[in-house]
Amino acid sequence: MINFREVAETNEMIEKENLDVRTITMGISLLDCIDPDLAKLNENIENKITSLAKDLVKVGNEIGVEFGIPIVNKRISVTPIALIGGAACKSPEDFATIARTLDNTAKKLGVNFIGGYSALVSKGSTPADINLIKSIPEALSTTDFVCSSINLASTKTGINMDAVRLMGEVIKETAERTKERDSIGCSKLVVICNAPDDNPFMAGAFHGVTEADAIINVGVSGPGVVKYALSKVRDADFKELCDTIKKTAFKVTRVGELVANEASKRLNVPFGIVDLSLAPTPAIGDSVADILEEIGLEYAGAPGTTAALAMLNDQVKKGGVMASSYVGGLSGAFIPVSEDQGMINAVEAGALTIEKLEAMTCVCSVGLDMIAIPGKTKASTISGIIADEMALGMVNQKTTAVRVIPVVGKDVGDNAEFGGLLGHAPIMSVNNFDCERFINRHGRIPAPIHSFKN
Amino acid sequence: MKKTIITVVGKDTIGIIAKVCTYLAGNKINILDISQTIVGGFFNMMMIVDMSTTEKQFEEVSHELAQIGEEIGVVIKCQREEIFDMMHRL
Repeated sequence: MINFREVAETNEMIEKENLDVRTITMGISLLDCIDPDLAKLNENIENKITSLAKDLVKVGNEIGVEFGIPIVNKRISVTPIALIGGAACKSPEDFATIARTLDNTAKKLGVNFIGGYSALVSKGSTPADINLIKSIPEALSTTDFVCSSINLASTKTGINMDAVRLMGEVIKETAERTKERDSIGCSKLVVICNAPDDNPFMAGAFHGVTEADAIINVGVSGPGVVKYALSKVRDADFKELCDTIKKTAFKVTRVGELVANEASKRLNVPFGIVDLSLAPTPAIGDSVADILEEIGLEYAGAPGTTAALAMLNDQVKKGGVMASSYVGGLSGAFIPVSEDQGMINAVEAGALTIEKLEAMTCVCSVGLDMIAIPGKTKASTISGIIADEMALGMVNQKTTAVRVIPVVGKDVGDNAEFGGLLGHAPIMSVNNFDCERFINRHGRIPAPIHSFKN
Repeated sequence: MKKTIITVVGKDTIGIIAKVCTYLAGNKINILDISQTIVGGFFNMMMIVDMSTTEKQFEEVSHELAQIGEEIGVVIKCQREEIFDMMHRL
């Protein structure tokens, strides 16, 4: 039988160390909503999502109360809209109507984000893909909860450099269209290499075409729990350090597994995956950077950071994988800047640069995330940053992503304020040496060879 | 059986157990196990109860127990047993 100490340990994790289930995300296929008539398509989409997810928030809250664990977000992901809208949408404006339908449906259901305003263009783009991409500035500036992701590259196909160039411009325009709110539109827009079909986390969540009609995916969290556990083995060797992370990750993931199974049962929707993640929030003590400091670095970004993060990421997976019957999504430690107070402190102290973050993304999930950069940064420079990150993912057979926010009217030394879970961020300096001639080349970078590993 | 763990933590005072038990009895909730300690004047109690006979919803019981806690100056939490089982048992 459960004993006092175990109950106290669990409740301390929840109450003092910010243990929570970060998100229950219901993935919903919209393939059966396709219709050549735009009004009918929008109606179908609203009806399908509403019928499947009408109880999502209620069930999420009930589970939270019964187990005494906060379930912070209830979200929805849908089939990439470029596939769904292709027959009906003849222009970017047509696509934007779908974004507004998604937003209205999300608001009606009480979920806080809906992902899948997406296109998968890692090898090439259809006219529908291009129209969707061009509609992103309007879509994200006229909605609140819609998240957009574009898969620009993969290990198997290479990098679609035409789309990389276009996304640099789209990010700039989205920033401009939402400049009154520190260009917040870009915080809901991510470009990805090797995007997973079952990611429960925003902004990159979409319901892949390989998935069932509907699915429940759960993202766990718990950087505070790991940090606290490590504070008790401060002078231990690596073996003990790794074992402690594994044990903690196991416990955290078990909670995710429990919640995923309960949600699946109560909503009568199959359980997809648990995403083994360390997802920080701006709350004090809920930080991945704090774990790195606990391991022995003055700040995230100090020499040794990449090694410490690689170890952390690997142990989280090793501990978590046995705790869940199905693991997927992005699984790993996230290193968003604006959503992690320790990362913000590291930037403000001058310890952490974009280049170091880029190196860190080679060994963890997911990429250059929630980084505010000067509003004057050129579109081609943003495309250059994207191309670099896509190359890392492509060559290393991992998911990488870029979510940068060129904050209009702000420069290094200023602060961008996004509010809530998105946090705030000091504007980071960007290497402005020109890459326009490279970015302006047409076509794609071929897929890499996977032999002669050097 | 719907096993639930009730934890009561706070400053020790007269009648904490009495209050909680009276509520449970009144709502047809059977106590399966109870353990209690006082550390440095702080009252710590854990109960394992069976909720399958009560007519009330879990949320209602949880809310009402929390309210009783507020009245007597302790924190009362009510959680289904599975979360602890999942976390601490293979």
